Amino acid sequence: MSELIAFLEPDKAVIARRPEIIADLAGLVPGSCLITEERELVPFDTDAFVSYRRMPLAVVLPETTAQVAAVLKYCNDNAISVVPRGAGTSLSGGAIPQEDAIVIGVSKMNRIIEVDFPNRAAVVQAGVTNISISQAVDADGFFYAPDPSSQLACTIGGNIGMNSGGAHCLKYGVTTNNLLGVKMVMFDGSVVDIGGKALDSAGYDLLGLICGSEGQLGIVTEATVRLIAKPEGTRPVLFGFESSVSAGACVTDIIGAGIIPVAIEFMDKPAIEICEAFAKAGYPMDVDALLIVEVEGSDAEMDAMLERIIEIARRHNVKTIRESQSATEAALIWKGRKSAFGATGRIADYICMDGTVPLGQLSHVLAKTSEIIDHYGLRVANVFHAGDGNMHPLILFDANDPEESRKAELAGNDILKLCVDAGGCLTGEHGVGIEKRDLMRHQYAEVDLVQQMRVRAAFDPKWILNPSKVFPLEGRCGGLAEPGDAGPDHGKAAA
Amino acid sequence: MSSADIHYPETEDEVARLVAAAFAAKNPLEIRGGGTKAGLGGPSQSASAISMTKLTGITNYDPSELVMAARAGTPLAEIEVALAANNQMLTFEPMDYRPLLGVTGEPTIGGVFAGNISGPRRLSAGAARDNLLGVRFVNGSGEVVKSGGRVMKNVTGLDLVKLMAGSWGTLGVLCEVIFKVLPMPETSVTVVVSGLNDAEAAEAMAAALMMSVEVSGAAHLPESVVAKVAGGRLKGGPATVLRLEGLTDSVEVRTERLATEMGRRGEVTVLDAAQTHELWGDIRDVAPFADGTSKPIWRVSVAPQAGHQLVAALRLKTGVDAFYDWQGGLVWLRMEADAEADLVRQYIKALGGGHATLVRADAATRSSVPVFEPQPKALEALSRRIKHQFDPQGVLNPGRMAATI
Ligand SMILES: Cc1cc2nc3c(=O)[nH]c(=O)nc-3n(C[C@H](O)[C@H](O)[C@H](O)COP(=O)(O)OP(=O)(O)OC[C@H]3O[C@@H](n4cnc5c(N)ncnc54)[C@H](O)[C@@H]3O)c2cc1C
Ligand SMILES: Cc1cc2nc3c(=O)[nH]c(=O)nc-3n(C[C@H](O)[C@H](O)[C@H](O)COP(=O)(O)OP(=O)(O)OC[C@H]3O[C@@H](n4cnc5c(N)ncnc54)[C@H](O)[C@@H]3O)c2cc1C
Repeated sequence: MSELIAFLEPDKAVIARRPEIIADLAGLVPGSCLITEERELVPFDTDAFVSYRRMPLAVVLPETTAQVAAVLKYCNDNAISVVPRGAGTSLSGGAIPQEDAIVIGVSKMNRIIEVDFPNRAAVVQAGVTNISISQAVDADGFFYAPDPSSQLACTIGGNIGMNSGGAHCLKYGVTTNNLLGVKMVMFDGSVVDIGGKALDSAGYDLLGLICGSEGQLGIVTEATVRLIAKPEGTRPVLFGFESSVSAGACVTDIIGAGIIPVAIEFMDKPAIEICEAFAKAGYPMDVDALLIVEVEGSDAEMDAMLERIIEIARRHNVKTIRESQSATEAALIWKGRKSAFGATGRIADYICMDGTVPLGQLSHVLAKTSEIIDHYGLRVANVFHAGDGNMHPLILFDANDPEESRKAELAGNDILKLCVDAGGCLTGEHGVGIEKRDLMRHQYAEVDLVQQMRVRAAFDPKWILNPSKVFPLEGRCGGLAEPGDAGPDHGKAAA
Repeated sequence: MSSADIHYPETEDEVARLVAAAFAAKNPLEIRGGGTKAGLGGPSQSASAISMTKLTGITNYDPSELVMAARAGTPLAEIEVALAANNQMLTFEPMDYRPLLGVTGEPTIGGVFAGNISGPRRLSAGAARDNLLGVRFVNGSGEVVKSGGRVMKNVTGLDLVKLMAGSWGTLGVLCEVIFKVLPMPETSVTVVVSGLNDAEAAEAMAAALMMSVEVSGAAHLPESVVAKVAGGRLKGGPATVLRLEGLTDSVEVRTERLATEMGRRGEVTVLDAAQTHELWGDIRDVAPFADGTSKPIWRVSVAPQAGHQLVAALRLKTGVDAFYDWQGGLVWLRMEADAEADLVRQYIKALGGGHATLVRADAATRSSVPVFEPQPKALEALSRRIKHQFDPQGVLNPGRMAATI
């Protein structure tokens, strides 16, 4: 890969002290929690943004909050960078380390501590996988709503880090709307409890701030999440349209009519072809765009809702309507969509973009996206959450061709800028990480970014937590821990 | 404060200039929305005020995008009229405190978000903060900052939007707010279960929320307050009320199921859409305690199952009347005499945590009791650092949320 993205210059002095640091860490956590052998460090040198890799100094996989606290305090006292990690499925490089950084991974803290149905809450350790929460409460008729496609692997800690969402967010919201509380270790090793089983917490909305902060404000070790009663049934319907424009207009009209399905997923022609070839889901091949609209409730409710949705689709000259008559058929409708990433990966290398746009701009942005892709001589497949305007263009390229790789990255950047210019934003769920860090100035003015960085400084005065992520490397401001300090000290870091 | 000291900026730039001047002179400012006599928080320590009432107007509204943008001083009433014309609403159902506090004035949309004011539907639709998508505000040094935008999903950088919601004007002066709106439900009904005591009601509400019928409001009105809502129409002692909303056919099916299930617990009646509207308006605005007195009122947020336990514990020690919203997790307490802040907060802690805000009390009580829940030391220190990063000279609403903020 072309390495368009810079990293912070690793601190040579820290690297030189590696043996001493490892010895110190060995005094803080059991040997089984410490990884220092190069061979064993390799799995931690990147996340799902695999084009960039850096070996960490060491990896710690603590078993308790107290161990996380001890390591974090040590790192802060010694000005050593820390990269918090869940399962490492970040698509924006949020969990990629540096040569001078210690990875603190929460994967061993994977217990469900308490399930409390009357209060509709579960207390879990940060390393539990997203799916295992729903699995633990399934038999009792509950689920945990945010459902990223990576839910088999990704952790609740990582979900909080990225404020993750999934196909069903349209109705149930993303992580921030389903999180009630956290236990978090602060930069200096102090442990704070924020929120709990009550719906609202006192004081500033720290929970809202922590959600999506990409491991820069502290390390979450426990979370209290909302449980929701499962609907009686769910039913997806597949709609095929002559054009992306009519599919887009149909989405706006469904919502405009006051109907909020649980999911509205969109696929364009290239995506349909790729997924069908792989999943054999029986998708219609004579259409230009597909919508999967899912409703839920009792049979009577679903019938009533679908009747209206179908009526709206008819107004947009829908060519194909496939209502699922059984669980098998429903699974098949989703199978094509759910295998989109895997299927694409079989035919080419791809990068998955993640911009959001206001609903009214969907058609415009889709058209412009193909212009951008044509300009670079690449191909693109679009699959996305249409109900909330979260676009996922998959840019296809050949990773063995450095020129194509570079073009793919540039095209991706252009598309994200397009989303911002259309009134949207750079990322709806995958986060900024390193991937979009240098585009932040396109969405925010300097003063907006500085305000965010100053808040960051209130949580991490030495800027040790995940330091090369989210904010452009130049023009950073840190310090400023206590009231009474002078203004921000700009320009601390450089690449 | 003489009226000469109240500024009425008409543009964001003017707000920025006013705050920049206050920053330079280290001169505290009170930030007012509707300019209503705010009966909460620490008493104002400011010689000057900014009233946002002239910074008004809806700036962007496309109903099919489910998003609206408005300047902060826009009256809430104006927003609601514009939404209703398109059959839409603020899904978090902000309460109107005026009846409870016995004040007049025009609540503003900025004030709603600054206070994170949410009503019964918070249970299913989230709080004001969950519906706030973007903000433009002036920080304490007079800089105009924006965060978020007009899309539903946005994880670009730190979410300052959430932080601004519920910060009561202590971190910045909101100039424009962009928020999610939703279609009005086609119909709504209320399933009323009569005769349950507080503990039975808590169980019934939990059971209702465990069903897949999508309850969008769950409240319990003990005998002492039941006559003061819905025009006294609820007969038969205490009423546990469960709201269902949505498409007509769907609501019918769900009503049937919920009523059958609840019928095992007590006598069930069903209120139609008009009655439902009236009832939940009364619950939202705390009508039972809008009694024209200044008896202390607490707004308590705890785990749903802890609400009735808190009230039972308090009753053994002091005179208190109460009713419950949010499945029992939002408790409205009216104290018969003393505010009993220590007692209330001590029991909340013992029951697993939560918080209490003193919403109404006479001036003497308000100045002797922390109105907002005091925070644990580490969080208080963190909040102070955050405040400092927005408002380094402490000119915005000093003392409003806590002595140090
Ligand atoms: C195939 C695939 C599909 C995906 N689909 C979706 C999708 O539909 N929706 C979606 O939102 N995302 C999706 N993602 C992205 C990714 O899965 C999410 O961002 C996920 O939340 C990351 O979780 P993780 O446990 O892997 O965290 P990591 O990748 O390990 O870390 C993510 C970020 O969180 C921080 N972090 C991790 N743990 C903690 C902690 N305990 N405390 C503080 N900070 C922490 C890290 O520093 C990093 O910045 C997908 C990824 C893949 C590979
Ligand atoms: C405990 C409690 C007491 C309340 N007391 C009253 C009351 O006495 N009268 C009343 O009408 N409502 C009161 N409210 C309710 C609430 O403030 C109103 O419902 C409405 O949301 C506020 O409208 P307003 O414009 O009148 O705000 P105000 O009462 O003027 O302000 C409410 C809070 O928001 C801040 N604020 C207002 N506008 C902005 C802005 N643009 N940017 C930043 N901060 C801003 C103020 O500084 C203040 O902290 C109270 C709410 C609570 C929870």
